[in-house]
Amino acid sequence: MKIHDVGIAGTLESSDIIIHIEKNEGKGIEIELKSTVENQFGNQIRKVIKETLQELGVTDAIVRANDKGALDCTIRARVLTAVNRSAHSNNLPWEVK
Amino acid sequence: MLNGIGREIPEEILGIGTMRSFEKIITNGQVKNIQRSGERQRNPEKNKILDSIETAIRETGLKDGMTISFHHHFRNGDYVVNMVMDAIAAMGIKDLVLASSSLSEIHAPLVKHIRDGVIRRIETSGLRGELAQAISNGIMDIPVVINSHGGRARAIASKELPIDVAFLGVPSCDSYGNANGYSSDNSAVSACGSLGYAKVDAQHAKNVVLITDNLVEYPNVPFSIPASQVDYIVVVDSIGDPKGIVSGATRYTNNPKDLLIAKQAAAVIEASGYFYDGFSMQTGSGGASLATTRFLRDRMLAANIKASFALGGITGQIVALHEEGLIKKLLDVQSFDLKAVESLKNNPCHYQIDAEYYASPDNAGSAVNQLDVVILSALEIDLDFNVNVITGSDGVIRGASGGHCDTAAGASMAIIVAPLIRGRMPSILDRVNTVVTPGYTIDVLVTDQGIAVNPLRQDLYSSLKAAKLPVLSIEELKAKADRIVGRPEPIKWEDKIVGLVKYRDGSVIDVIRQVKKGL
Repeated sequence: MKIHDVGIAGTLESSDIIIHIEKNEGKGIEIELKSTVENQFGNQIRKVIKETLQELGVTDAIVRANDKGALDCTIRARVLTAVNRSAHSNNLPWEVK
Repeated sequence: MLNGIGREIPEEILGIGTMRSFEKIITNGQVKNIQRSGERQRNPEKNKILDSIETAIRETGLKDGMTISFHHHFRNGDYVVNMVMDAIAAMGIKDLVLASSSLSEIHAPLVKHIRDGVIRRIETSGLRGELAQAISNGIMDIPVVINSHGGRARAIASKELPIDVAFLGVPSCDSYGNANGYSSDNSAVSACGSLGYAKVDAQHAKNVVLITDNLVEYPNVPFSIPASQVDYIVVVDSIGDPKGIVSGATRYTNNPKDLLIAKQAAAVIEASGYFYDGFSMQTGSGGASLATTRFLRDRMLAANIKASFALGGITGQIVALHEEGLIKKLLDVQSFDLKAVESLKNNPCHYQIDAEYYASPDNAGSAVNQLDVVILSALEIDLDFNVNVITGSDGVIRGASGGHCDTAAGASMAIIVAPLIRGRMPSILDRVNTVVTPGYTIDVLVTDQGIAVNPLRQDLYSSLKAAKLPVLSIEELKAKADRIVGRPEPIKWEDKIVGLVKYRDGSVIDVIRQVKKGL
């Protein structure tokens, strides 16, 4: 999927994460992460964001994430929604894999 | 030899020794003070009231390198520590050891006094906010010493921690120094209830300065600190912010997780064998711990069981059970809310005790040893049941040792109540970041996802199993949490030690290191 506009999903509630995604043509994936659990889960959060983008076929994007202790499933859902919003895609694959 | 009143007195008597012959004492040309009581207290010879904190500091002879102490009954509403430290700093006194019973967010201005060399070393039960951050980031050359309430009292009473000057804020005081945490004469604006921690300092410090905003008529009865222990009194406009000193009434939690934990904790108590007519208990002030009192109440009514006493930090919830006749007596070292403050004033069987009597391991009357059940919270607990209540999951100091290890050691059954996960952080770790309470004194862990019993307590394991409670091993509980949140990476520390955690007997149970910044 290709990033067109800015796409945002999520909240600043505890146990949630805000994903802000925008295009980064030809420059790969860059992640800026702020997290309340940075020291303990920072690497894991980056890994989940990256994997989710790869599954969606996103190769170039700037992702700004503000995490309040979200679980992996929440992070995946927010990334998925942000990407779909930014790509103007109505093809939302909601089904559980 | 004729004595001062004209009688013949031998110089020595066999079996008794030399005689000190009576002599008339004349002070300032007078044989005794003949003023009226009210004036007498203001007699310049006897007047304890000084015009300012500066004067009091000077009178006590406070010098570089000495040890000063404070109490934390005003919690986050305290003005006294900052007021006194500012005055000391302005007078140029340096290198002090500050031995407070605890410190909180409001004491952030101490950071400046540490930087300026006014404070060289700190002993406390807890640290929070900016001050805790600064200390965790290594601002002090000498590590802070974290004491339990019982451990501090023991150290002071045994002169292991000698105090040169105690500066004690008191919500009521007469001109002779009889002081209390409330007043029988008026509704003291800074009322905090029990002065249990301050009583130890008043008894053992070389110099005792009381600071009050409520001077009442002599004698201020009942008093917590007797005038006989008091050297000086300073009257100021305000010793604290009432809103920070006590909350109106601690409200019951409506967090469903806490309620579930509380319900299970009450069920554990009922099934444990320690739920009998005349049992004794202590609860902490956390949400789940407070709510346990409510569920326990229903079970006490149903089984027609009354508790002989409740101990420790007293809350409105405990007072409600006392006034209902379900808990016969309250031993109060610290009153947590306005209801507890009022009850201490009005209920004759709600009794004020000092920290040494409460929890010192060296005291022959230590009340914690009479506890059947204590309910405590935890920031982290590990597979050996060791508990951390001092450093957060990021390794930064943000809590207090309090009476945690004292009551766990004293009580027949120490129950830890904690959610299995908080946000993304699991409560059960392989090893806690900092040990405050050793695992062998912890008996049961109650979470929202199940109960674990310390393998040392096979008796409890059997009782709880027989009651069909959801008992798992602590390893199984941990696995449950890890499946949901994953495994946190360990915190990275610098080599520098910023804190020593002392066990109640004064031995060092763990150290706190500076947190490494960034990744």
